[in-house]
Amino acid sequence: MSDSVKDKVIAIIAEQAVMDVSDVTPDSTLEDLGIDSLGLVESIFAIEEAFDIQVPFNANEPEQSDFDISSVASIIDAIEKLVAEKA
Amino acid sequence: MKRVVITGQGTINALGHDVAATTEAMREGRCGIGDLDIRDVDRLSIKIGGQVKGYTPEDHFNRQQIALFDRFTQFTMLAAKEAIAQSGLTFDGELAVKSGVVLGTSGGGMNTLDENYRSVYEDGKNRVHPFVVPKLMNNAAASHVSMEYNLMGPSFTVATACASSNHAMGQAFQLIRSGLAPAMVTGGSESMLCFGGVKAWEGLRVMSKDACRPFSANRNGMVQGEGAAVFVFEEYEHAKARGAQILAEVNGFAMSSDASDIVMPSRHGAARAISGALRDAGLSPNQVGYINAHGTGTAANDKTECAAVADVFGAHADRLMISSTKSMHGHLIGGTGAVELLACIMALRDGVIAPTIGYEEPDPECTLDVVPNEAREADVDVVLSNAFAFGGLNAVLALRRV
Repeated sequence: MSDSVKDKVIAIIAEQAVMDVSDVTPDSTLEDLGIDSLGLVESIFAIEEAFDIQVPFNANEPEQSDFDISSVASIIDAIEKLVAEKA
Repeated sequence: MKRVVITGQGTINALGHDVAATTEAMREGRCGIGDLDIRDVDRLSIKIGGQVKGYTPEDHFNRQQIALFDRFTQFTMLAAKEAIAQSGLTFDGELAVKSGVVLGTSGGGMNTLDENYRSVYEDGKNRVHPFVVPKLMNNAAASHVSMEYNLMGPSFTVATACASSNHAMGQAFQLIRSGLAPAMVTGGSESMLCFGGVKAWEGLRVMSKDACRPFSANRNGMVQGEGAAVFVFEEYEHAKARGAQILAEVNGFAMSSDASDIVMPSRHGAARAISGALRDAGLSPNQVGYINAHGTGTAANDKTECAAVADVFGAHADRLMISSTKSMHGHLIGGTGAVELLACIMALRDGVIAPTIGYEEPDPECTLDVVPNEAREADVDVVLSNAFAFGGLNAVLALRRV
């Protein structure tokens, strides 16, 4: 389960960044990957669609959202939690 | 070049159904934002807006008009009626042939679109009302105003998202200044507070769930509003000759394009529009007493706008007042600059500066005097109205007291 969440999230982020999946590592930041605010919002949409979840994210206060976007690993953690809560 | 003055104003918005009620609410710092009362609101995550409440179309329009007037057109007609009545103008003869109407809207007949998409997609109907197209088209409001008041000159609709009204009023200003028209009806309207309209904005994740708090450090996004404001712009000698009441003079206008990003604002693009309006009006920065800000309450707009104002005004930026009335009436998107012009005229005529309400915490990136929470009495001679649209299209108007 966990691996599949991780793989799917990485695949979505890689597609957004127009990179190979193998180039997206857990410690990459969105900035490293060249994903800007619009790209982030688009990625979150794709993640919500893929897992049928609601991600609590407001672009005006990213640091106050319950959704930590500081790295790929933190995004995966957050999505895993949301997917687990839904199950 | 001709001088251009404003001889009539009208509105309906979340703060009031006419100018007097609206400016009274602005003076009192009243908030018109509240719970949305629209179909399927339970399926929205954003449930607030600056909705026009206590409004019944049947009180103002007959059955045939309602069949043709989307809500954005209804709002326009009510605002136009108030403005043209105040101006005292009757459009006939050469005045009618040369005068026109230029209005701003972003979504046009969004409620009509929403209702009819539901009908064909959700309800599976295969037939729609014959007036769907003339009701939803963006120029419907301008066309109905032209028909109602016999305006036969240059008439069109401008759609530049959140700057639509300012761009529209700028066009009206230039048409009169250049001598092409003796009078123009202008302003803008928006009515996007329907399920599809709010849902689309939700997607961008820039909306607040609780309040619009421009320039406050704890701001968390914009809140949509709806309504219209319409003005009569008139050539100065024409107005003077007939003894019209002059509300203010429009003396400068500038537009710029960021040519940069589809949603993120640009300090330089905004600054070029502001300084352009000053140049066009022949003003020096230190003459400006008040700026009605674009002030959407998003993280990005407010800090960018403050930086742009600081760039243009230098030390004077700390002496002028800048407030966002979106905190009270919400963001009327294509109609917003028009409703905000009411606050500019109030500042010049009544010496009352509308506040930025909901202001709670200073933001080190927005250190200007934002007239927090309470209106202020002040003597100002020159004001600006900023509008910066998604897509990087900026339009700034300059007004002065006559």
